[in-house]
Amino acid sequence: MAHDLEIRDLHVEVEGKEIIKGVNLTIDKGQVHAVMGPNGSGKSTLANTLLGHPHYIVTQGDILYKGQSVLEMKPDERSRAGMFLAFQYPHSVSGVTVANFLRTALNAKRKTTMNGNFKPIAIPEFRKMMREKMAMLKLDDSFATRYLNEGFSGGEKKRAEILQMAILQPEIAILDETDSGLDIDGVRIVSEGVNSLQGPNLGILIITHYQRILNFIKPDFVHVLVKGKIAVEGGPELALKLEEQGYEWVLKETV
Amino acid sequence: MAEQLDVAFDFGASSSTYQEKYGFFDPENYAFKSKKGLNHEIVEEISWMKNEPDWMREFRHRSLDIFYKKPMPQWGGNLNEIDFNDIYYFVRAAEKQGRNWDEVPADIKNTFDKLGIPEAEQKFLSGVGAQYESEVVYHSVKDSLTKQGVIFTDTDSALKEHPDLFKKYFGTIIPPADNKFAALNSAVWSGGSFIYVPPGVHVDMPLQAYFRINTQNMGQFERTLIIVDEGAFVHYVEGCTAPTYSSNSLHSAVVEILVMKGGRARYTTIQNWSSNVYNLVTKRTVAHQDATMEWVDANLGSKLTMKYPSIYLTGKGAHGEVLSVAMAGKGQHQDTGGKAIHAAPHTTSQIISKSISKDGGRTSYRGLLQVYPGAEGSKSKVQCDALLLDEHSRSDTYPYIDVQENDVTIGHEASVSKIGEEQLFYLTSRGLTDNEASAMIVNGFIEPLAKELPMEFAVELNRLINLQMEGSVG
Ligand SMILES: Nc1ncnc2c1ncn2[C@@H]1O[C@H](COP(=O)(O)OP(=O)(O)OP(=O)(O)O)[C@@H](O)[C@H]1O
Ligand SMILES: [Mg+2]
Repeated sequence: MAHDLEIRDLHVEVEGKEIIKGVNLTIDKGQVHAVMGPNGSGKSTLANTLLGHPHYIVTQGDILYKGQSVLEMKPDERSRAGMFLAFQYPHSVSGVTVANFLRTALNAKRKTTMNGNFKPIAIPEFRKMMREKMAMLKLDDSFATRYLNEGFSGGEKKRAEILQMAILQPEIAILDETDSGLDIDGVRIVSEGVNSLQGPNLGILIITHYQRILNFIKPDFVHVLVKGKIAVEGGPELALKLEEQGYEWVLKETV
Repeated sequence: MAEQLDVAFDFGASSSTYQEKYGFFDPENYAFKSKKGLNHEIVEEISWMKNEPDWMREFRHRSLDIFYKKPMPQWGGNLNEIDFNDIYYFVRAAEKQGRNWDEVPADIKNTFDKLGIPEAEQKFLSGVGAQYESEVVYHSVKDSLTKQGVIFTDTDSALKEHPDLFKKYFGTIIPPADNKFAALNSAVWSGGSFIYVPPGVHVDMPLQAYFRINTQNMGQFERTLIIVDEGAFVHYVEGCTAPTYSSNSLHSAVVEILVMKGGRARYTTIQNWSSNVYNLVTKRTVAHQDATMEWVDANLGSKLTMKYPSIYLTGKGAHGEVLSVAMAGKGQHQDTGGKAIHAAPHTTSQIISKSISKDGGRTSYRGLLQVYPGAEGSKSKVQCDALLLDEHSRSDTYPYIDVQENDVTIGHEASVSKIGEEQLFYLTSRGLTDNEASAMIVNGFIEPLAKELPMEFAVELNRLINLQMEGSVG
């Protein structure tokens, strides 16, 4: 049976330079994968490529989502098909409220999933949903009427990303350093948010530098990306080892 | 969060184009259609058809002579392709004006139905005037307003029914010699709105006028005069559309507004002409002591718009605002802005302009801020922001500032931004198409102005922008 997400011998170029140099990785719903690796090793490049960022050119290999190549699909098509990326550095959109943005995005998705029977989400239903998810992430109601990411603190931005995930309910979610910039409580709150979404219908790929978030969101697999390749793979114990020993031993092994 | 949630981005709710929604045309079963061309005979004919007093007939002829004398402006947009002799100057669509929609000829009523006017009238307007070609074919105002002494009628009727009031103010704020197109309008004007609000009367819901061109090569020259007496308030809204023809039409209006002591007027335009219309409009207000004038001017559509609503702050403490939104797509040029003239102490003004250019379209902000000697303690703030959607589009800023008083506070800010790829990727990665994402960024860009509008018009503006973002305008 096809995997939910299969990255096959992926090579990616940015600005004419090869950054990802042959990555293989499969993720199935219900699993949590962690990707770790030194700064500049290509983690965000991998994440952006999975969602189809136009700057990132796949020169070799393939990305299969539910058995189908997504290389020809645009970011919005991938999103509506159930892929999601929580950004390391989310962008702001002035004049567009969080609520308005999410309702529009949710309706765009419903248009695809409901096919010919599309009905925009009823406002009371949407409002209730927003309230619940915001409460879960300890965000005040007034957050809904703020302009998207404009003037958000680092921590608010990360929570807003998980709020978006909670509303859009993807099947494969890639979280790019969702824990960085969060204080201790922030990591816990965001992790609880992610955990509440976990289940048999969601596969997670979590990119992080720190063991801490992995105490909350337990990975089934840990992959270490070094210079565009997966250098080591293992279970949760690998993350602990990296936390204690750093990347030096991995770098040595890969030379 | 209640309120904001309700104005959603209504993408793709209809996949219709300008052509389908506004660009259709009706068969011509007209009561009268003049010959093409501009000359003293046509001016005479218009005045005769309207059975006007001599002073108006003479005013028209004088104005035509001024028009002939004035050279074509060589600034702003390209006006040289307008052939004044290839235009119909006067078309009477209906024999008489309707007071209810059943009295309006079926084709025409049908058009306004499609444009949603009768529905809007029911829901949130105090009165409506509907102009079709040269004349107002439907006019109605709530009885309660009439009882309070509010006059809201078409300008032709006002000349007959309120001759003294009319003559006192007509052409005093914008004389024919003001500019070539004001002279043209003064010579061949027809239709438009006449509003008088008596002292202290507050007109709660907006009055709306809708201008529709149907004929090819049509010239529409409505003339609007609004007098807001002391301490009174009115919000007037105008909308306009036309069929998409391959040859050009001309719309050249003159709007004169007087706001007396402590009064307030707001004039909102949501212009949505098809992209074959030259839109050359002169709009000016004189604001007396402690009066407030607000121009909200949204310009979408048209081939070329040249329009700079202006406010003469002639009374102490008068306040003026111009909020201008312009959007130019392929083949379009929006040369818009605003003017504030401080001619009295402690007057304040604010001009905020937001322009969007896409698909090679061009927007220009052109503004004037003038402070006369003696207008001490005056304050003005000018802010123009341009958003470019692609590399082929263009935006320029022409801010003229002439300050002849030392004791003033003047602020001027301008910015140009491009929609960034990263921002687009962020939004598309949430399931919005490129167009929807761009439209969202554009709507966010104009949000500071949109939120000034009553909800119905904010929604309308949002809808029109999305329509234009779909790349489907004429
Ligand atoms: N759009 C881009 N243009 C130019 N170079 C890029 C671009 N995106 C990534 N790169 C380069 O690719 C390499 C990998 O960057 P990437 O952001 O994927 O690393 P990362 O593993 O996510 O690092 P970090 O842990 O610091 O977030 C870096 O050398 C970076 O400069
Ligand atoms: Mg990164």
